Amino acid sequence: MSAVFVWIETFNGKAIPTSWEALGAGRLIADKLGVPLAALVFGEGAGAVAAEAGQYGANQALVCEDATLHGFRLEPYAALLTRLVTERQPRVVLAVGTARARELLAASAADTDSSLLTEVISLEVGGDGAISVVRPVYAGKILSEAVGSGPTQFLAVRGRAFKAPTPDAGAKAEIVAVPPALAEAEIATKIEGFEQEVGAVNLTDAAIIVSGGRAMANNPKEPPPGVADPAVWKAQDAFQHVLQPLADVLGAAVGASRAAVDAGYIPYAHQVGQTGKTVSPDLYIACGISGAIQHQAGMRTSKVIVAINKDPEAPIFKLARYGLVGDLFQIVPALTAELKKRLGK
Amino acid sequence: MHVVVFTRSTPDTAAKVEVGGDGKVTWGDAATVVNPWDEYALEEAIVQAKNAGGKSTVIAIGPEMHAEALKHSLAMGLDEAIRIWDEALADADSLAYAAAAAAAVKKLDGVNLIILGKESVDVGTDQHNYQIARKLGWTMLSYVSKIAAVDYAAGTIKVERLLEQGRQIVTSRLPAVISVMKDINEPRYPSFIGIRKASKAVIPVWSLADLGISAPAPKTRVVKYMNLPAREGQVEMIEGTPEEQAKKLVDRLLEEKVL
Ligand SMILES: Cc1cc2nc3c(=O)[nH]c(=O)nc-3n(C[C@H](O)[C@H](O)[C@H](O)COP(=O)(O)OP(=O)(O)OC[C@H]3O[C@@H](n4cnc5c(N)ncnc54)[C@H](O)[C@@H]3O)c2cc1C
Ligand SMILES: Nc1ncnc2c1ncn2[C@@H]1O[C@H](COP(=O)(O)O)[C@@H](O)[C@H]1O
Repeated sequence: MSAVFVWIETFNGKAIPTSWEALGAGRLIADKLGVPLAALVFGEGAGAVAAEAGQYGANQALVCEDATLHGFRLEPYAALLTRLVTERQPRVVLAVGTARARELLAASAADTDSSLLTEVISLEVGGDGAISVVRPVYAGKILSEAVGSGPTQFLAVRGRAFKAPTPDAGAKAEIVAVPPALAEAEIATKIEGFEQEVGAVNLTDAAIIVSGGRAMANNPKEPPPGVADPAVWKAQDAFQHVLQPLADVLGAAVGASRAAVDAGYIPYAHQVGQTGKTVSPDLYIACGISGAIQHQAGMRTSKVIVAINKDPEAPIFKLARYGLVGDLFQIVPALTAELKKRLGK
Repeated sequence: MHVVVFTRSTPDTAAKVEVGGDGKVTWGDAATVVNPWDEYALEEAIVQAKNAGGKSTVIAIGPEMHAEALKHSLAMGLDEAIRIWDEALADADSLAYAAAAAAAVKKLDGVNLIILGKESVDVGTDQHNYQIARKLGWTMLSYVSKIAAVDYAAGTIKVERLLEQGRQIVTSRLPAVISVMKDINEPRYPSFIGIRKASKAVIPVWSLADLGISAPAPKTRVVKYMNLPAREGQVEMIEGTPEEQAKKLVDRLLEEKVL
């Protein structure tokens, strides 16, 4: 029987947390269509993750633990997904639109000539089973309502747009082992090495983000004699010793404006905005960020935005729920101290 | 060696974009620019073609507006530009565009590398890269932050990819489609001579008939565009000494249950 397929993305043998949101979105559709919800779990640790998927509401799990699927590679993953779609004709293939999911879904949608809608923030299943979705376009400046068609519709939902189901420890999925579609010899791409970013909190998963902008270079601390670029030193020191402690007490990820990234204050992986990451945390604290439209593009859907800026006219205050005018080098440490006290840390 | 790069025009990223009374998307008289992600792809195509003593071609699919991006590309130093357009593509989706792109690559001589940007900043489809690769049956390498080595004779490529959890080094086979990240290079500005040359260039337009394909029926359709709901409530300014501001803010955040 045709089902709703949800790809559960794993990293080092564990499900990435937002994957469960995809099962939440998948459950809405499966119930409306009256079809089972099937989790697809490939690679290292797939069996254990599939059992977990059962607790999050999957009726079935299609599992392939083959060594060719350890570590994501598009070729073997797409070939397997395409084969499962072709053989089993699901009504919907859904995933949380991470980098890997978006390429996997796009590739398999191309292979099977199926529709794909990405960045879905809400969806509705019509009486006829047609699914219409809302997705932000033009860097979130407007919304578009779109529909897909065809026997199988592919959907990538935006992280943190759908709720993960509450797990039920007693719930079980029927586990079905499936063989891989490609043998190692048929796969051109070989992973030669991987350097994990140390201490990085994934911005797109984060419930709280603390971001710094160009103002980080206005750190009043004096650089040690002989540093090549005092502004870079000051800004890096401020990210490390002013912003990071605030992030630590909140369990938050650290973001940045492009101005801070381009000036070499912090790596590109932290950039939020139109040419960086799109985030929608529960709380976004912008410190010394003016709020240019390209920055807003990446964070405007945050639930609560706090702006700390010495310029009362900064555009960020138009978007913020709470505005604090003043020097971030005084306010941020005060805020960190207050939170430590109040959160009992 | 022949490298093909795809690009398109987008409204300036600072433009105020709205849905007009007629339901159409407008950005007033704001200029269009080359899709910002594609600047890195264009730069990389120039560099790769030069390194290998090969040729570079830039392609845009779309109506007249996208000729702007091609002129910018030529001014940067791409060798040739082609625009693909056909009224039959008016309602087309990414699958149809990818089919047209693949057909154009097959029509060109000796292409072994295709470079694209990460995504279109306006529509954010994030599909064309992968779909072009799959329609051609070529290797897809996304989020490339560095081309470490490429050997056209042996047909191999080694790249560094920037993933959510870190940097990955992979080797693969040519021909390949790669999409590039901001870290890969510093895009050059068009030179004065380049701009003059580009302004005189006549850019050929290929129709679907020229490509020998017909447009597949679109699988996705936009029903309507909507302006954003107004953000409820105005900003509450929190005043006082830094300590007072901190205390009041924490009170509010605890009340809102975001902590
Ligand atoms: C194609 C394109 C794409 C872009 N993509 C992005 C993107 O993805 N992300 C992005 O962020 N930008 C992007 N930009 C850049 C964007 O236009 C802005 O230039 C950038 O966001 C500005 O960064 P900023 O707010 O840190 O710096 P500024 O605009 O310089 O603002 C610094 C702010 O800090 C305040 N300040 C200074 N000192 C202090 C202090 N001690 N305490 C408190 N406040 C202080 C100032 O009042 C000011 O408001 C893009 C631009 C273009 C053209
Ligand atoms: N109409 C188009 N013409 C040429 N290139 C395109 C077109 N649409 C997308 N691209 C390329 O494909 C990449 C991914 O775009 P998208 O799938 O629209 O997010 C962009 O960065 C461009 O390089």
